[in-house]
Amino acid sequence: MAAADISELQTIEHDVLVIGAGGAGLRAAIECAAQGVNTGLVCKSLLGKAHTVMAEGGMAAAMGNVDSRDNWKVHFRDTMRGGKFLNNWRMAELHAKEAPERVRELEEWGAVFDRTKQGLISQRNFGGHRYPRLAHVGDRTGLELIRTLQDHGVHQGIQVHMECTVLDLLKDGDRVVGALAYWRDTGRFVLFKAKAVVLATGGAGKAWRVTSNSWEYSGDGLAMAYLAGAELMDLEFTQFHPTGMVWPPSVRGTLVTEGVRGDGGILKNKDGKRFMFDYIPERFAAETADTEEEANRWLKGDKAARRPPELLTRDVVARAINAEVKAGRGSEHGGVYLDIASRVPAEIIRKKLPSMYHQFKELAEVDITAQPMEVGPTLHYFMGGIRVDADSQMTTVPGLFAAGECAAGLHGANRLGGNSLSDLIVFGKRAGAGACEFAAKAGQGAIDEAQVHASMRRATDFLNRESGVNPFVVQEKLQEMMSHNVGIIRTKAELETAIEKLKELDAEAATAKAHATSQYNAGWHTALDLRNLLLSSEAVTKAALTREESRGAHTRDDFPGERDEWVKYNIIIKRGQGGEMIVEKRERPAGPAPLVEIANSKIEDLESGKVAADYK
Amino acid sequence: MAQRTFKIWRGDREGGEFVDYTVEVGPGMVVLDAIHRIQAEHASELACRWNCKAGKCGSCSMEINGKPRLSCMTRLNSLPEGTVTVQPLKAFPIVKDLVTDVSWNFEQNKRIPPLKPKARDADGNHRMMQEDVDRVQEFRKCIECFLCQDVCHVLRDHKQHEKFVGPRFMIRLAQLEMHPLDTDDRIEKIRKEFGSGWCNITRCCTEVCPEHIGITDNGIIPLKERVVDRYYDPVAWFIRKVFGSKK
Repeated sequence: MAAADISELQTIEHDVLVIGAGGAGLRAAIECAAQGVNTGLVCKSLLGKAHTVMAEGGMAAAMGNVDSRDNWKVHFRDTMRGGKFLNNWRMAELHAKEAPERVRELEEWGAVFDRTKQGLISQRNFGGHRYPRLAHVGDRTGLELIRTLQDHGVHQGIQVHMECTVLDLLKDGDRVVGALAYWRDTGRFVLFKAKAVVLATGGAGKAWRVTSNSWEYSGDGLAMAYLAGAELMDLEFTQFHPTGMVWPPSVRGTLVTEGVRGDGGILKNKDGKRFMFDYIPERFAAETADTEEEANRWLKGDKAARRPPELLTRDVVARAINAEVKAGRGSEHGGVYLDIASRVPAEIIRKKLPSMYHQFKELAEVDITAQPMEVGPTLHYFMGGIRVDADSQMTTVPGLFAAGECAAGLHGANRLGGNSLSDLIVFGKRAGAGACEFAAKAGQGAIDEAQVHASMRRATDFLNRESGVNPFVVQEKLQEMMSHNVGIIRTKAELETAIEKLKELDAEAATAKAHATSQYNAGWHTALDLRNLLLSSEAVTKAALTREESRGAHTRDDFPGERDEWVKYNIIIKRGQGGEMIVEKRERPAGPAPLVEIANSKIEDLESGKVAADYK
Repeated sequence: MAQRTFKIWRGDREGGEFVDYTVEVGPGMVVLDAIHRIQAEHASELACRWNCKAGKCGSCSMEINGKPRLSCMTRLNSLPEGTVTVQPLKAFPIVKDLVTDVSWNFEQNKRIPPLKPKARDADGNHRMMQEDVDRVQEFRKCIECFLCQDVCHVLRDHKQHEKFVGPRFMIRLAQLEMHPLDTDDRIEKIRKEFGSGWCNITRCCTEVCPEHIGITDNGIIPLKERVVDRYYDPVAWFIRKVFGSKK
């Protein structure tokens, strides 16, 4: 195949090609179809299986259905504070403003959210959100989102290409004009030509051993965009979700929704102490309960009471759990206890957290209505990603767009729970619109045979070589290495070790051998993923080494605490002329005055209209 | 660590056979963990679908000791001692090893008329009471693992894929028909195009549903009743003849 004329290659032409069919990709494709353009949607798995399905707690939107004091400004302020002020101002604004309408739109398309007593969409409490804000369906909100978009999308004329993996983006001059991919079931190559391409490929969580991510999260979009010349940003911020399962070993890392804490669950160490009261950061002290008595009143619905410390932002809770375990106060299997059994009646737990109930019952033989869960941090989410324009989601490469987890900006240094699903629908739509606008002005570009051949050769080399290393072994080594050296708490020495080890792993990955044919071959797929995982890991590690402070999800043991000068910078990663990875500390533009004022305001001043009242 | 032997079906459209693999197994392991270990240590080209590994995405459906199950939720210590037999779903064509071609299901979904919601209230919201959506939410728990499709006699044994959409899409239809905002009427299609009459209520689908959805009793039977009310109730038939269809 490698030497064949590309005219013999299966070729599919679209106006817009969307890569990735989680919430962001589906929403982008729906927008494109709504604008009447020929839209293709490519996904590595079957439709409806992307990791959006795993999102549990809900999607944040300031609808004010449960607490009428909520509005976009409070949501925006929470998002900025949660992100430690490193968020892209405009994205945080657009997100807070547009999320409610995006959620209502889902209802038109068949989503059935849990209801309030008045029959409106119910909203639940979550970490970092001042008011009950997460539209949800029990603890399976992601399933509701993806199925709704899927069921709506299949009637919009989108051409879905399932079980198809994109290898590389193809360029015509500066511009992205298509992609080379292969069908997973046959291993045959397919060429996609498109006027614009949207990446919605998620993060690269699979580079860590303990992760909530599935095999799909191999950083494909990050690596392909980087290789196509796009800038990456904020990659040092990798979110460790505080509560993953820790036992048994085979499910270590599997997500335990924050909804458990939102609905009253508390964290305890092995001595039975509710330890989060010891870890309340200065910035949140004024808005967090400092006694169990006050936290209990909040749970009972007392609006004057402040929020329990278990609902502090994820970075704070994950570090606290890490510290308890390190101090020898952890649970039997190296986590802490998450207890909802002693707080909430059994039938309510089963009603509000049904999938958590089954997950623990079936996988860990633990009844969460009677026993505490054992939980610990798990690599969950990339705040950083491909740098995009806030309004259009276009990357720094013309014709290439990005949305959802693979894009950077909205979440800054730490993402609030619930802001991911809303991110997908707000910026998925925007990326779709941006791509349509670009496609309307651009024709199909020219496909460069040399790029196609290079991509095919890289793929077939793994199969054709006589012998080589086992790709599963390389992947496992990478996961061990990243978990050990680029974990929750980082140091210069460990990060430098990681960079050295990544070079060795790069060399090993280049000699990986896939046995048998290209037909649905797990070993070959794993070998192909390695490049993307390794590039993403390198970018994370180099960004983490550069940021000499601790902010949000990025904690440097050798540089504790936030440093004021560092909020002025993003770490940008891009590919140099010679193929080397360039790491740049780039000054951020200042935020617009009214937004800065809102983000920094006291909540009382914001709500009484003292702050930015005229800014709509 | 203990060792355990897995008899796994290997092959493709042309045919295949069972191959034995013995791997070490540890506490809490599920069948999917064992398959991953076999891929890493013995057969890297072994084909198997999976994603979430927590029973939420419905990718890793297969037949374990003859029973359709999610391999990520089947703990080894829940199976009888001895060799574990693993094979692909039977109701769909083989692609390779444990992977089957389930694209037929995605085609069925496209045939189903989507929600046609009534207008929003003046304030821009829809209002629905929780008790009115409980049943719909039960059906929406479906993770599309297609285990119900696999075990349905109409599809599995009688291969009536042309005539009957199968339990998964009967509950898709049921959730639309029972949706408080919906204004469409799919009863005629449910009878004529989607083949509700083919289901003979053996409840095998309900039995294998990993989400414990009452597929037969809560979904299919009520749909059948609506069809009966419309087409086989002589009074309704007479009224329809004289006054025309209600929609």
